[in-house]
Amino acid sequence: MSRQAQPSSCEGLPEGEALQRNIAARHRRGKVWHIIFQASTIVGIIALTALLYNIVNQSFGLVAVQNKVEPETLAIDGVPLEDLTKEQLIAILEAHVSKGVMRRLESELPFAARNRENVYNLVQERVVSPEILKSWPLVDSLFRRAEIAAAAAEEYPNAKLQFRSWVNPDFIRNPQSSTPALAGVRTAVLGSLWIIAITILVAFPLGLGAAIYLEEYAGDSWLNRIIETNISNLAGVPSIIYGMLGLAIFVRAMEPLTSGTLFGASDPTTANGRTILSAALTLALLVLPLIIINAQEAIRAVPRSLRQASYALGATKWQTTWNHVLPSALPGILTGTILAMSRAIGETAPLVVVGASTFIALDPSSPFSKFTALPIQIYQWTSRPQDQFRNIAAAAIIVLLVLLLSLNASAVLLRNRYSRRMG
Amino acid sequence: MDSAKIALRKRPRRGEAAIQGFLLFCGAVSIFTTLGIVFVLGKESWLFFGSSEVSLREFFGATKWQPMVGQFGIWPLVNATLMTTSMAMLVAIPLGLAVAIYLSEYASARARSTLKPILEVLAGIPTVVYGYFALTFMTPLLRSIFGQNVVEIYNTASAGLVMGILILPLVSSMSEDALSAVPRSLREASYALGATKLETAVRIVVPAALSGIAAAVIVAISRAIGETMIVAVAAGAGPAFTFNPFKAAETMTGHIVRMSGGDLSYDSIDYNSIFAIGMVLFVATLMLNIVSRSIVRRFREVYE
Repeated sequence: MSRQAQPSSCEGLPEGEALQRNIAARHRRGKVWHIIFQASTIVGIIALTALLYNIVNQSFGLVAVQNKVEPETLAIDGVPLEDLTKEQLIAILEAHVSKGVMRRLESELPFAARNRENVYNLVQERVVSPEILKSWPLVDSLFRRAEIAAAAAEEYPNAKLQFRSWVNPDFIRNPQSSTPALAGVRTAVLGSLWIIAITILVAFPLGLGAAIYLEEYAGDSWLNRIIETNISNLAGVPSIIYGMLGLAIFVRAMEPLTSGTLFGASDPTTANGRTILSAALTLALLVLPLIIINAQEAIRAVPRSLRQASYALGATKWQTTWNHVLPSALPGILTGTILAMSRAIGETAPLVVVGASTFIALDPSSPFSKFTALPIQIYQWTSRPQDQFRNIAAAAIIVLLVLLLSLNASAVLLRNRYSRRMG
Repeated sequence: MDSAKIALRKRPRRGEAAIQGFLLFCGAVSIFTTLGIVFVLGKESWLFFGSSEVSLREFFGATKWQPMVGQFGIWPLVNATLMTTSMAMLVAIPLGLAVAIYLSEYASARARSTLKPILEVLAGIPTVVYGYFALTFMTPLLRSIFGQNVVEIYNTASAGLVMGILILPLVSSMSEDALSAVPRSLREASYALGATKLETAVRIVVPAALSGIAAAVIVAISRAIGETMIVAVAAGAGPAFTFNPFKAAETMTGHIVRMSGGDLSYDSIDYNSIFAIGMVLFVATLMLNIVSRSIVRRFREVYE
């Protein structure tokens, strides 16, 4: 190839030896940055691993347990504590607990109305009173067992050393308690489930309706453009602002409705607006933009030809939408709704602002009961200084993550099953 | 053909009109929500500023927030928010951008299929779990690195760093969308001129996707400002005006949560004050979101 006259701007380009060096240098730099980019993805993986490791580490381990009264001494005629009748348990309670406490328990809920399990829990809590003096994380428990045994024998001579999984069936069954050893997440999980159920009941129809309106019926008028911009803005508002909105409107302004006094079904102890209904309505407003945006995308993905074929056969707009567009868009809509649900289950800040109760031991029985939720429970336990609360917070986190994982897995399964059916 | 005389004149279908009305109502609920937020925040802030104890000048000028003694300067809270946000951005933006560049330019399909689910999981973990992580893992880590005397138990640094990990997936997924939207022809033209992969990625693709990346950064900032639970758990209670990241300080959101978690009587000055803070928060995040969207609209490169 003949050398043509090169323009003056090419005079600075390296040639020959310099060119080889230049290319080698650029490739070296490229390799270095390739490694840097790759390493930054590893940071994300490391963070996730550290998080899971930390939680698992705190959820299992050795504990030094000391009982105030050994359960073996409470056995009557050779029948162990777990098998005693309710009357025998009440007798034990009366023998070991002061009269004032008995009167208070009676006024909270009469002993005649309590079931045996409730009384057994009371005996465990106030008579046996197991106290966990110290807990150790999993890694230490596995690798430094001898050290821990020696230290425990020295510091806590009366305590027994046992391996405890803080996530156990009792943990899920027990209601809230101020002793970490006996605390459970039952009230919290039930509260969360109640709240989510009502949230979806309210948000799904509203969100779907809005999405159908925006995609099928809305023209390009100024009102509809405002609605669309508005929804995108709402999706970016911090969740705590929704909490304040809920506090001012659902808890305060609509108190007769949300506390149930309008229906005569309010909670007998405190009739105020801080109920499951207010929490659910607040969360419904929070997830509404998410459901709308997801449903809009799902409906938009339905091909025009489907609609036009339906119109060609003489169907009205609603008939087309209900019978053809929606069934076709349903997998996407359901996936979006499930994702919104998993977002709502993990929300804490709005619920704290709306007024989650700090301590309730009774299961929620109606939309007008006081409420607590699983993330709130985790928040409260994490805020306590004692080590054992750290452990049960980790156990509660495992419960929450399992719940979320199953929700998301069902969303993925749903999406796969429907997309296989369709195409 | 005579028997099939169908009246083809358009019949008024009242059912259809009712359904359309219901759907319009559903669409309007979102407008009611926004109006509700503006009304609630505005009314309580109005009451707050209207009371004799507080003036606008004090709110935006003073640097002490002690409701007990009637001092309502918002700067300690804003300062703590800005500190956690900037620390979060220091983590999230470089790492998020690097991850996005890796995923869109370098990664094989198999690497992408393993990495994207991991990022989605990171994004889906509830923030209270991140708060737990900050308090029980990040703070002891910082204390072991920098010394127990330097780092307090509650500090803004660990909250900020963990917030960065929380926001990283957001930045990376939005940036990756922007980078993938750049057409292949641009990259191939660059390769044809002899550029290396790095040079193509950094000098051609990233500038082409800059509007999307800028939007991602702004959305990330807005998310960090509004983040509540991580700071509520790990950053400390009690407003403190300090620039030391290893000391405890309360952010705007943390303060709101702490106040509402306790006993709050309606119509007290404390009750109104959290709405004033909420108003500042709402306006800030709204402005950021609007700016982000307008950047995308105005500066997006349109190919084809």
